[in-house]
Amino acid sequence: MTGKYHRPHKWNWFLSKPAYMLFMIRELTAVFIGAYLILLLIMLAKLGGGEAMFSEWLVVLRSPLWMGLHFIALVASLWHSITWFNLTPRAMPFFIGEKRLADPLVATAMGYGPWLVISLVILWGVLR
Amino acid sequence: MPDEKTITLEIFRYHPESDAGPRFQSYDVPYNEDWVVLDAINWIKDTVDGTLTYRWSCRMGVCGSCGMMINDEPKLSCAVFLKEYYPNPIKVEPLVNFPVERDLVIDMDGFMEKLQSIKPYIIRDDVNDTSQGEYKQSPAELAHYKQYTMCINCMLCYSACPVVGSEPDFLGPAALALGHRYNKDSRDQGFDQRMEKMMEHEAVWGCTFVGECSVVCPKNVDPAGAIQQAKASAAQEYFKGFIMPRGAGK
Repeated sequence: MTGKYHRPHKWNWFLSKPAYMLFMIRELTAVFIGAYLILLLIMLAKLGGGEAMFSEWLVVLRSPLWMGLHFIALVASLWHSITWFNLTPRAMPFFIGEKRLADPLVATAMGYGPWLVISLVILWGVLR
Repeated sequence: MPDEKTITLEIFRYHPESDAGPRFQSYDVPYNEDWVVLDAINWIKDTVDGTLTYRWSCRMGVCGSCGMMINDEPKLSCAVFLKEYYPNPIKVEPLVNFPVERDLVIDMDGFMEKLQSIKPYIIRDDVNDTSQGEYKQSPAELAHYKQYTMCINCMLCYSACPVVGSEPDFLGPAALALGHRYNKDSRDQGFDQRMEKMMEHEAVWGCTFVGECSVVCPKNVDPAGAIQQAKASAAQEYFKGFIMPRGAGK
């Protein structure tokens, strides 16, 4: 019995193919969403500290650095949401009789539709 | 034949009895527009180098034997034409994420064990004898799993999956998709038995939905989709376990 050859699995495998890189980007965008949630918690704590503390915090947030981080977080969240909405139909297929509903239909019903409705409700709440 | 065109194949060679490690060997093959890579490899075997070892059988994308890495992509060598690469050379290697036995032949024992472990067959509590007729199934019931029956066990998905590469114990795309196929079959009653295996950490939860398994699948099985659906079933089972411990109802 002679030996089998085992090829090594490289630690930087995700650099070997654009599709793997897109996967890593999708996973990394979750970090920004997590970071933004922590920011929201800090916001709530500042709000609990009184109006003066909150106003002071809002001034800090208007600095170019914070605006830049917000922009990055927004892009990351959009990328995260869109890539996952597009994957939803494969994880949750719907059938009517023998016919499987088209992927864009399911993605709209499960993802984009509710997203739009909730966004509009929030917008209405803010602008009213 | 002054104007005979040729194409170069760089083939991974490894003979365990004489080679300490793998090496690449170049072969110039007559370029033929209607040849697939497997035709070129067969030509080498028949006319130049009889020691070249590889698996193939049907030559028509049905048997799933001739999977190889072709320019770093897992493909059925019978389904990819030389003209897709000409005039550039083609690099041919055995499927990655498997031990290499010899040249382009990989060791598939681990894959076969994984496949068996999810019990890929119909399990019944009651077995009718043939006089009682067949187990009936409507076309709508068939539609829920038919896509996942198309797998030909070619293992391309295992080569495309980075989780298989980093976690050799991961059950992998084809085995999990096949488990899901039987779980979705209305004639089957083996869901609980199968889920015991499929709910383990190295099973459905090992998958991170990279999705490349489905991209390389020559039969459009979409194993990645099947695994996400199996995850939903596994999560349901997990929460059901709090209300009614598994097996308590038996």
